Amino acid sequence: MPLLDVKNVKMYYELVGNRYVKAVDDVSFSVSKGASLGVVGESGCGKSSLAITIMRLLPMNAKILSGDVTLDRQEILKMPEAALRREIRWKRISMVFQGAMNVLNPVRKVGDQMAEAIMAHDGVSKKEAMGTCRKLLSVVGIDPSRIGNYPHEFSGGMRQRTVIATALALDPDVLIADEPTTALDLVVQAQILKLLKELKEKLGLSLILISHDVSIVSEMSDNVAVMYAGRIAEYGKALDVFLNPLHPYTVSLLSAVPSVKGKRRRLQSIRGVPPNLANLPEGCKFAPRCDYAKPECLSPEPTLELLGNGQYVRCYGITEGWINYGRPIDRR
Amino acid sequence: MVDPLIGVKNLRKWFPVRRGLLTPKLFVRAVDDVSFSIEKGKILALAGESGSGKTTTGKVMIRLIEPTSGKVLFNGEDVTGFDSKRLKEFKKQAQIVFQDPYDAMNPRQTVFQILQEPLLVHEMTGSRDEATDLVYRALEDVQLTPAEEFTPRFPHELSGGQRQRVAVARALILHPKFIMADEPVSMLDMSVRAEILNLFLDLVEKYDLALLFITHDLAVSKYIADELAIMYLGKIAEIGNPEDVVDTPLHPYTIALVAAVPVPDPRAKLSEIPISGEIPSPINPPTGCRFHPRCPIAQFPICREKEPSLEEKVLGHFAACHFSNLLVEKRKPEGRVSKAN
Repeated sequence: MPLLDVKNVKMYYELVGNRYVKAVDDVSFSVSKGASLGVVGESGCGKSSLAITIMRLLPMNAKILSGDVTLDRQEILKMPEAALRREIRWKRISMVFQGAMNVLNPVRKVGDQMAEAIMAHDGVSKKEAMGTCRKLLSVVGIDPSRIGNYPHEFSGGMRQRTVIATALALDPDVLIADEPTTALDLVVQAQILKLLKELKEKLGLSLILISHDVSIVSEMSDNVAVMYAGRIAEYGKALDVFLNPLHPYTVSLLSAVPSVKGKRRRLQSIRGVPPNLANLPEGCKFAPRCDYAKPECLSPEPTLELLGNGQYVRCYGITEGWINYGRPIDRR
Repeated sequence: MVDPLIGVKNLRKWFPVRRGLLTPKLFVRAVDDVSFSIEKGKILALAGESGSGKTTTGKVMIRLIEPTSGKVLFNGEDVTGFDSKRLKEFKKQAQIVFQDPYDAMNPRQTVFQILQEPLLVHEMTGSRDEATDLVYRALEDVQLTPAEEFTPRFPHELSGGQRQRVAVARALILHPKFIMADEPVSMLDMSVRAEILNLFLDLVEKYDLALLFITHDLAVSKYIADELAIMYLGKIAEIGNPEDVVDTPLHPYTIALVAAVPVPDPRAKLSEIPISGEIPSPINPPTGCRFHPRCPIAQFPICREKEPSLEEKVLGHFAACHFSNLLVEKRKPEGRVSKAN
């Protein structure tokens, strides 16, 4: 039984003149307790929109058109805002935003900022809240005696740790981390990723890691969803998706990424550019850039189909059998 | 050996830090005694974390800033001594591509105007036809074709990859011999990153350019470079063939950096990072070896007291570490790097 189940979620941003940015379109996945899902895609593919849809932290012009998100069988997408705020948001599903190291208020002490978040939800005294903060800081590897420091006295990596600690303050079940390491240096990035992995294992957290970096997602995730143009193009176990990629987009993406390991080989770029979410092509959204596209790809749009090995793919070429990468594909 | 086209020798750039009138002057030692050279048709990647001095080195090389001491040698001549007339001639031959092409272009100029500007500055063209011809050829060089489709566009009408291509075209239009590219792919999406890297590889070959490629990404460095230099706190820690440097590092800092790079393979576990902490302030860099406070193999007192010089440890592979030989011995027989701890 999955802990978090996302089913056929559609979220569009409304523009003037009845136009829509179709940021999240028919997205489904599930995350079990203690498991990690990596959501990978390029900028503008809807991965951050997906995160704020689950958190229901949407701007005014965003409309959830359909779909269900259930946490422990409890529907949370249509739940009244007050109940969501009281029971779910931050308490059971928490989030670390992109550029999180810059979210701390520079003129307030780190401990005070963390305590404020705890007091707002738990109704505990400042003293108790500060005690919790000390514990949280040591969980993320910061000396608790630094609680009275200001953010500028922390390094970038420590600020990022502080924000992660704050996200964990109410002991959530699910942590969504949106690009948690962009703008951090290489060594610090590795330290933060290691911390997230340890927290996942120690606290039994379910982790949704959103990143543009295939390498990070491949090292961190049990399952992977590859997003393209607001949709999931391919979804499955990380081992399957990265070692046996099926969707032509995943295949091209993996051959466009250099690696420090192994011999040098010429990288293959993907021709064209990702589509504009306000003006999407008919049919398969990747077809205009796809080397395998046939006329039938142009309409109607393929759906996400389950294959025999448990991998999901949204591609006629795979489900109907005319794409062949020269390796066995379980097309059932 | 071929004579290098451009190089730096004992380059130093110290930025003074403003303090009170009576307090002693302090300096940020952004670049501290750096030497290397690049031949025609070769790419040198300068890699390191932020604050390691890689961008400052690049800026000094095209004389956007003046060095505190040391030389920048271009065709054997010291550029730092050039008068304004010769400097202008040098700047025509040494061009730059910035990290964010959107920030580096005037949003109110068309692609044509952007590309024409260097021609006007250097009085390269007699007529408008001649300018048009050069602009078109530069666009074709970066595969933005048909060129007439791109010339009337504004930067916001281009995709990220196309914008970076225009930036490369602008650097190429004066037929330079040297290009300094500062993190030119870090703002780009993954699917277009490969095409810009391949474009640089093709252009370097076609025009016999010397390219200084500044990046924090070791995977990108290994892919593009003929020579890779790792910088730490204003100094070169290690330099050599990129495959040697990445696959068999001779400096503990490089080992840590390589271990920190995620690889696109789900079977790879997160590596143990053998170092802790973050890069210290370059205002008061540690004594002796600058890496010693974070180094897992440091021995005292030597590493705290004596600064290691950059020495050739293996043919063509230089490292600045007193104990590189320990790293070679620790290596497992199959050539894999063992953890240094």
